[in-house]
Amino acid sequence: MNSQFKKGLLHGIPIALGYLSVSFGFGIAAVRAGLSVLEAVMISVTNLTSAGQAAGVEIIAAAGTLIEMALTQLVINIRYSLMGISLSQKLDKSFTVPHRLAVSYGITNEIFAVASAQIHPVTPPYMYGLILISFLGWSTGTLLGAAAGEILPLMVTDAMGLVLYGMFIAIIVPPSRKQKSVLFAVLVAAAVSILFKFVFTAVSAGFAIIISACVAAALAAVIFPVKEEAEE
Amino acid sequence: MSIVIYIAVMAIVTYLVRMIPFTMFRKKIKSKFFRSFLYYIPYAVLSAMTIPAIFYATGNIVTSAVGTVVAVVLAYFNMPLIIVALAASASALITGLII
Repeated sequence: MNSQFKKGLLHGIPIALGYLSVSFGFGIAAVRAGLSVLEAVMISVTNLTSAGQAAGVEIIAAAGTLIEMALTQLVINIRYSLMGISLSQKLDKSFTVPHRLAVSYGITNEIFAVASAQIHPVTPPYMYGLILISFLGWSTGTLLGAAAGEILPLMVTDAMGLVLYGMFIAIIVPPSRKQKSVLFAVLVAAAVSILFKFVFTAVSAGFAIIISACVAAALAAVIFPVKEEAEE
Repeated sequence: MSIVIYIAVMAIVTYLVRMIPFTMFRKKIKSKFFRSFLYYIPYAVLSAMTIPAIFYATGNIVTSAVGTVVAVVLAYFNMPLIIVALAASASALITGLII
């Protein structure tokens, strides 16, 4: 097996574990909203995203229009466009159009974050490994949640809610320790996000994340512009 | 309306949102501001997603806070992702069993 592919699989293990717990909850919620087990799994297999899927199930349950469905998915998932542009800047030369078309499917917050944190340009096999194992975690978790409901005791599923966030912490803390500029971006994003949670509560969760992140990244870009060599 | 049509719309819009920018951007971006912005955006997105949501992740603010502190300390000492993630979860579970 290709070593890059294996490396991707390995790096994807924490993502897959986190997805397993989050999609387990999605499976339970989807069936509760009136979907069949097969439909819940179909959504996870074709979408591979948390916030968009949760909103989609609500729209299906409320018998919303297809326009509403399309617009909601567009707004909630627009962050993937930004991530796609960012990731396109650090692709290996072997990334041809067919590889790009295939890897597009797997751009999620977590996969993007892990791929971006790599020092060297990322290769197609690496991305396929990362996406494959994450996909397996996401679809298996949905199936288990939808089919079996409560397999694990509540205390365990509650604690599993921290797996994904723990992984985010592991991604943002080490560079924040090394670079003042990253620490700045992280703190501003957190502060704005807290404002949305407690003060501007009318803003939906998806928009709150987009706005917090853009404000923080823009401020950091103005105050701490990245030098050419720091990028490579 | 058939649920399959809803699912198809969800899947197509989500795929296009991901595919179009990722496939169309072939050149290196020249703008220093935009390059810097893109450099900071992943950290900013993850931070905004994590805080304050992490404190509600287990449904109990005390166990969540313990898990958060454990994660930050381990991450500060450059522990691997999987260790940090599982230790956060395990420490929250243990705290829940104690209190």
